[in-house]
Amino acid sequence: MGRPDPERDPASAATARDPASAATARDPASAATARDPASAATARDPERDRPWVFRTYSGHSSARASNALYRANLAKGQTGLSVAFDLPTQTGYDADHPLARGEVGKVGVPIAHVEDMEMLFEGIPLDQMNTSMTINATAAWLLALYVATAENHGVEPSELEGTTQNDIIKEYLSRGTYVFPPEPSLRLISDMIAYTVDAIPRWNPINICSYHLQEAGATPVQEIAYSFANAIAVLDAVRAREDLPPGALPRVFGRISFFLNAGIRFVEEVCKARAMTQLWDELGRERYGVTDEALRRFRYGVQVNSLGLTEAQPENNVIRIVLEALGVTLSRRARCRALQLPAWNEALGLPRPWDQQWSLRVQQILAYETDLLELPDLFDGSHVIEARVAELAKEAKAELERVLAMGGAVAAVENAYMKRRLVESHSRRLAAIESGAQTVVGVNAFTESEPSPLVTGEGAILKVDPSAEREQVERLQAFRRKRNEAEVEAALRNLRDVLASGGNVMPPSIRAAHAGVTTGEWADALRGIFGEYRAPTGVVAREREMANEATEKVRRRVRALATRLGRPVKILIGKPGLDGHSNGAEQIAVRARDAGMEVVYEGIRLTPAEIVQSARDEGVHVIGLSILSGSHGTLVHDVLEGLQRAGLALPVVVGGIIPEDDAEALRRAGVKRVYTPKDFDLTRLMDEIVDVVEEAHPVR
Amino acid sequence: MDDRRPEARAAALELLVALEEALFFAGPPRLGLTGPPGAGKSTLLDALVRRARARGETVGVLAVDPSSPRSGGALLGDRVRVRASAGDPGVFLRSLAARDRLGGLAESARAGVFVLAATFDLVVVETVGVGQSEAEVAALVDTLVWVAQPGAGDLLQYMKAGALELPDVVVVNKADIGAAAERTASELAAGLSLAERHAWEPPVLRVSARDGSGLAELEAALARHRAWLGAEGRLAARRRHGRDAAVRDFLLREHGRVGLAAGGGSAAVDEALRREPDASGFALAARLGEAIQAALRSGPR
Repeated sequence: MGRPDPERDPASAATARDPASAATARDPASAATARDPASAATARDPERDRPWVFRTYSGHSSARASNALYRANLAKGQTGLSVAFDLPTQTGYDADHPLARGEVGKVGVPIAHVEDMEMLFEGIPLDQMNTSMTINATAAWLLALYVATAENHGVEPSELEGTTQNDIIKEYLSRGTYVFPPEPSLRLISDMIAYTVDAIPRWNPINICSYHLQEAGATPVQEIAYSFANAIAVLDAVRAREDLPPGALPRVFGRISFFLNAGIRFVEEVCKARAMTQLWDELGRERYGVTDEALRRFRYGVQVNSLGLTEAQPENNVIRIVLEALGVTLSRRARCRALQLPAWNEALGLPRPWDQQWSLRVQQILAYETDLLELPDLFDGSHVIEARVAELAKEAKAELERVLAMGGAVAAVENAYMKRRLVESHSRRLAAIESGAQTVVGVNAFTESEPSPLVTGEGAILKVDPSAEREQVERLQAFRRKRNEAEVEAALRNLRDVLASGGNVMPPSIRAAHAGVTTGEWADALRGIFGEYRAPTGVVAREREMANEATEKVRRRVRALATRLGRPVKILIGKPGLDGHSNGAEQIAVRARDAGMEVVYEGIRLTPAEIVQSARDEGVHVIGLSILSGSHGTLVHDVLEGLQRAGLALPVVVGGIIPEDDAEALRRAGVKRVYTPKDFDLTRLMDEIVDVVEEAHPVR
Repeated sequence: MDDRRPEARAAALELLVALEEALFFAGPPRLGLTGPPGAGKSTLLDALVRRARARGETVGVLAVDPSSPRSGGALLGDRVRVRASAGDPGVFLRSLAARDRLGGLAESARAGVFVLAATFDLVVVETVGVGQSEAEVAALVDTLVWVAQPGAGDLLQYMKAGALELPDVVVVNKADIGAAAERTASELAAGLSLAERHAWEPPVLRVSARDGSGLAELEAALARHRAWLGAEGRLAARRRHGRDAAVRDFLLREHGRVGLAAGGGSAAVDEALRREPDASGFALAARLGEAIQAALRSGPR
């Protein structure tokens, strides 16, 4: 509801073909200018910078369909892969689990076992490919499947290059695809780092993500501070391991790469990247004693901002994407290693291959047609840039200190500090857009538009084949029937034993992958040992000052309605299914509270049955559902059916990434209102919710 | 039950009076969970609910969150944290706002307690303890558990506010943290010995809702308190005390000081309560309320 938080968020990685030790070789000129300002006057750089890796975050429906898409993209000049997994795979459920209903193959490819993985990479030689996988809670499993696939094709694990995103902290703060509590999750991450540092030395076991923080509303200072706190939590965990080979810590540090966001304030983004480069170098030296300068290089990949992509006048998004790409490529000293550009129509739905191609061309034109890569760093010596960098660095350090003082990133997740700060920043941003203090072209300014030629016909998005889910379930069940059950049992037992006794998760997981264990089975084994987790929502009692005429009017209406109904207006807000992007729902919850309603905020990962039960037990007047994963058809239908069976005549409103045709279908099915990213005026939304409740309780 | 319109209240009253009279000295244990935010009450509640369910007991929970004084709205977030209720028909969780503009905690919460007590094997009222509501929760339940977290500096505040006189069991949560939990536990024990108590000595227990340690000891302490109440009419005395507090509270909120004075002041109320020790608080409140309104209508003498 409300804000565009497309599920399609990316993971990219710094290129593994460019390990930290090669970084200096790649960039001798700018290293030289840093040491010798006099030579900074050179206008040309004798060594042309190599272009970053071009990736496109993709995957959908099935391994076979995604494989075809990857091969096509590679043929078009993409130089690395970025795998998007569907929500059940990301959260450890097989396609036939109740929570997987409606989600299979929607936001990424379903991978349930080693055969699916083999299908995904058919015809793509793993010893020559650089693969980035956006996978977090189940990262160890997906890496195990990738390794098993490689081994099945005679490729040594040590030859593999790529990345697993594997950043759990940001999941708790924004993306919501965590499974286990913070402590065991960090243990899994550190297991993977300890394992790969020797066994798969060109693998980036983790991407510390600040991307998602910006999508959740973080300011540049927060992006820097919280991502660094995260990195420190991970590095400290690895450093504390007894089984870490002596002298490995600097190499571990050198393999930590980041995944950044690039927002529309692109000059500030240049400064942010430069500040992070500086601070990371300091951190390596001072906290972790890394003496090799090359290993202290700040390596990062980027996806540019998706939150700011508009549904209205979507063609404008191309311009935004280009400008944002500049923010992370202009400064040679702080240039990204890999770049993913969203498509112009991300706020409308899934991009089609042509849409992805268009974004890929942006990168290629920037890298190959311009003179950017020929020059040394453009900003060294700029007093404007250097002043802003110093400012950002100072403020970020202070905020980082605050988080470290409360016990570090994990503590700041458990006590909801970081989450609350993000919710606050996001609220402020929304309020600024609503009031017009922040301009968004086509949304709150310059809204007059010609009909867009790009958005006609089929509605300009990719429609996921509805039979994909059924086919995946059938394939899964067939696979289960033909595998060796005894081996599966033995592998699972082994996995549980190793984990319970404190061993590294990777070897038993690889064995399980070979034996034919499925994603859901692996995750369930871990759930049995680590338990499941519900992160704090960050939605708290403290109220923002929102005293304006419109809000006051809504409050009066709510009060009047409450008096008429005999009790406060009560609304249930929740997210059915596996989509974990809760920012929008949280903002609505806060705004509804500010309007005087009692809000039962149920959080994420609910089944339709749970929603119906809660609505009944809580005696709410209206239900608000938030779904951004495209599974709204199935899940909303299930909720409406459940309500009917329970005899509850409750109005339902839905928010999310919902194409107009689907919205029509929802309304015909009985949904009272449908909200998409273009509905940014939350006060007006509240007004309409009051309308909806009034309609359900007509004055006699 | 929380519908405040006159017709609804009249209909509810009959039911509530009947329930209260049936359950005055009987019914399931009523447990209160209070304490500062962040202490992990909800996680503890979740663990206790699961244990109760494992024993085959049904549980009814009232989860109270604070209301916004400015907007009157409230964020009721307990369902997220007490996942034991999801999908289980043997667990009922109802979220309440502490202060809605149409009345206070005591009223709909008290009604809720009786409805739940008529239906479930265990009733729990969980609330954010911010001084005032602790006393109100104490009036609604048989055993009040105060949950603290290690190292919290609020201990002193609670001692100052006299709130340490109220709990029957004190829990230091997140005991898995270790030494800090031990220190906090000893501070609390010391603080409790300073506060005025009446015969029951509140145990201070270290618990970790996360790893389950200390939960069996907590349940044992709760059972001990229940047994203690069961002797010498203490349970009746406590419930009566709670009824009296609720009636006084209701009359003050509903009719204000002027109304109270017109009806004969607090002395008159106390007298009425004393004369009918076993009558339903809902009935008394309604009757006394009517008397006040009659007195107001007939004007000052």
